[in-house]
Amino acid sequence: MYRLGLDVGGTNTDAALIDEDLKVFHTVKVPTTKDVESGIIDAIAKVVRESKVDSNNIKYAMLGTTHCTNAIVERKRLDKVGVIRIGRPATTAIPPFTNWPKDIREKIEVASIIVSGGYEFDGRLIAELDKEEVSKFCREISGKAESIAISGVYAPVNKEQEEIVAAWVREELGDIPISLSHAIGSIGLLERENATILNAALMTTGQTVINGFSKALSSLNIEAEMFFSQNDGTLMNAAYAERYPILTMGCGPTNSIRGSAHLTGLDDAIVLDVGGTTSDIGVLSKGFPRESSLAVIIGGVNTNFRMPDILSIGLGGGTRILDNNEKITVGPESVGYEITKKAIIFGGDVLTTSDIVTRLGYAFEDRAEQVEHLSTEFCEKVNEQMTEMLEDAIDQMKTSSKDVPLILSGGGSIIVSKSLKGVSEVIMPEHYGAANAIGAALGQVSGDVERIYSLDKMNREEAITDAKNLATYEALKAGADEKTISIISIEDIPLAYLPGNALLIRVKAVGDLQYSNESVII
Amino acid sequence: MRYIDEEAIEKIALGAAVLGTGGGGDPYIGKLIAKEAIRKYGPVALISLDELKDSQIVVPISGMGAPSVTIEKIPSEIEFTAPLDKFEEVIGKKVDVVMPIEIGGINSLFPIIAAAKKGLPLLDADAMGRAFPEAQMVTFHLDGLESSPVTMSDEKGNVVVLYPRDGVWHERLARVITIEMGGSTSICDYGLLGKEVKRSAIPGTLTLAETIGGYLLENKGKERQGINKMLEELKGYQLFEAKVTDIERRLVGGFTRGKAIFEGIRNEQGRSFSIDFQNEHLVAKEGEHLLCSTPDLIAVLDAETGFPITTERMKYGARVVVVAFPCHSKWRTKKGIETVGPYYFGYDFEYRPVEELQKERV
Repeated sequence: MYRLGLDVGGTNTDAALIDEDLKVFHTVKVPTTKDVESGIIDAIAKVVRESKVDSNNIKYAMLGTTHCTNAIVERKRLDKVGVIRIGRPATTAIPPFTNWPKDIREKIEVASIIVSGGYEFDGRLIAELDKEEVSKFCREISGKAESIAISGVYAPVNKEQEEIVAAWVREELGDIPISLSHAIGSIGLLERENATILNAALMTTGQTVINGFSKALSSLNIEAEMFFSQNDGTLMNAAYAERYPILTMGCGPTNSIRGSAHLTGLDDAIVLDVGGTTSDIGVLSKGFPRESSLAVIIGGVNTNFRMPDILSIGLGGGTRILDNNEKITVGPESVGYEITKKAIIFGGDVLTTSDIVTRLGYAFEDRAEQVEHLSTEFCEKVNEQMTEMLEDAIDQMKTSSKDVPLILSGGGSIIVSKSLKGVSEVIMPEHYGAANAIGAALGQVSGDVERIYSLDKMNREEAITDAKNLATYEALKAGADEKTISIISIEDIPLAYLPGNALLIRVKAVGDLQYSNESVII
Repeated sequence: MRYIDEEAIEKIALGAAVLGTGGGGDPYIGKLIAKEAIRKYGPVALISLDELKDSQIVVPISGMGAPSVTIEKIPSEIEFTAPLDKFEEVIGKKVDVVMPIEIGGINSLFPIIAAAKKGLPLLDADAMGRAFPEAQMVTFHLDGLESSPVTMSDEKGNVVVLYPRDGVWHERLARVITIEMGGSTSICDYGLLGKEVKRSAIPGTLTLAETIGGYLLENKGKERQGINKMLEELKGYQLFEAKVTDIERRLVGGFTRGKAIFEGIRNEQGRSFSIDFQNEHLVAKEGEHLLCSTPDLIAVLDAETGFPITTERMKYGARVVVVAFPCHSKWRTKKGIETVGPYYFGYDFEYRPVEELQKERV
């Protein structure tokens, strides 16, 4: 039994095969193609061919993709959306689409309405729903909207009104795709509503990705169950991805960190992904990427997606070195993908970080001649400066003063010194280049719960236990194996300024993907 | 007099979050509404304390409640003027000028929206010079001015008039009504005459917020320049640079009280620091050694951008620069310290000005 992981990046499409013990069996890299689908086919065909694995034994196929991000950033292939917010008389001061870039709003918006309804923080109603109001709006947008976004005030605490309104929409508009905010985001109406609208606009794109992946697999006679990577490092199945394509956004860095964790067996480490232009530093904490506390802006739209906390610095394998009056400047300019033409080691005339480490004998031994003319003293100085930049950045990401292991990934890793301050060891695992695809194949599923509890009725421990049980149930629903489910994060936030002891609790449970009965164990 | 435009709002929102010392709520929502109000009703006239006439009626308007409610239950249009309309009805006179009760987070923007909608001038002054958690923590209270009558409204059209006997009762009663109204309300209190405001308010604080916000925006990405210029302007100090290693929040009497623990980074590696808060930051320490305490201002800034971080957004792992500024001299009087000093918040040490504490540190 094998799992197939795929990562479609801007430059390369990577594929990885992982066996039932989650051991990496084989990885390949092919160029990403414009139609994406044929790049995926190429990668799968190559990994199957080279590994000589019987494709009947591939039971799960996982895809991490940037399709949805690209659709939003490029404002292409977006569906027309009718937006219903449930919350009047509250929320009227900021209508839907406020502060959106004009170009994307024009592409997406058919019409928006704020209807009567919504909940208070303690679950009371702000106002009753009014069916005629919803139905009338639906009749107005009938034939114009391709997709509907519904977001209700405090829907993450109580989803009932969103579901009632969705049913009314279906009565008027038939089986139009409907996105509900409670399934997409947490407390913070505007950001959650924005993400819900973007999700609604991605219905066709999501479908294209799912169909493309499905076609690629069947064209190679692989009958695997499909899964898609989410931004939190877990998977969703095709049926869920079809409804919530936006959850695929930002899965790249997450997969890279998860893959690195798997390759090294570490649960806590710093992960350094060195590309041509930047170094991206992430934190692996308890086997998952540490999430950023900042709101994520996608294509100019504020969302409340939680993305991995990544610190990017302008230091990569193609970073330019300038030497002015004894002041050495490292970056941030880079020759980028043109490194194989412009760097001195490749016969060019631009001094880059790769040239420096080659001169010092750390890389490209076969090209040492090209850089013989550089002074080693100068190169040492530059290398020191590069190392300091990395050490400084690593230190900023660390949460304790203890030395931590550093896992390298990415093609530019050669520029990283083998001993760094604050780092216990530098690890460059086998298959490090395909960490993303490996991360995608890893197949854990999660259940998230976010609820406000009133501590007048129960104590904090009881509330947290309740939230844990709900999260475990959500993980089971998502396909997790009960025996492997563990709670990986608990966060409780008292609601400031309020007596009555209102406490917001967020819990995330994760577990390994449960093998279905028909899966063949070799 | 000058006019506040959309650009000014952007700066005020950012600067007010610094002066809000961790409290006052995230100003993002207020910023969106204020900008929309200016687009719709035109720029707002900002007058200085000197330009205020003795006989003019000045009314502060602000939001009361949990910032975490405001980001979910976004305000409605009526909330920004309903308490003002009721106030005029109660006193039987027109209000001449509106003002912020505090410079901090969303409440520095609230009166801009009201001023735009009502076509009234806005006063460049407030009654705290920062943010504090409770309604009686205003210079008006220190100066013995009355908060009554108080008008409050929610988004549903409920309006309440209170005649509390003093600022402390005002806080108690209004807090309970806020819960019943759904966790966030708008409120007018301390309606005063121009001559009273002139002797009691802290002048120029909207302009100050705008100046600070401007420094941070203009120097975005330029290392510490924004922070440094801000420290110069406010005669402040950098207390430490660190990352959050633990954050603990608990509920006491309807407020978030808690503690953030920091581990020093860069030049302060190996040292540990802490900040206590009750909605706003109260006390900063290195180990057991006091660095700064209320009523002086303690702000937590993102180490990369210099932008302020509110207590509800402070997270494990965040890399921050913590700075402190001296408070307005009104808070350093006997009654000031009684109202907002360390004793009031349950500490058993004497207040000492941040300047003095910092001098000892060097």
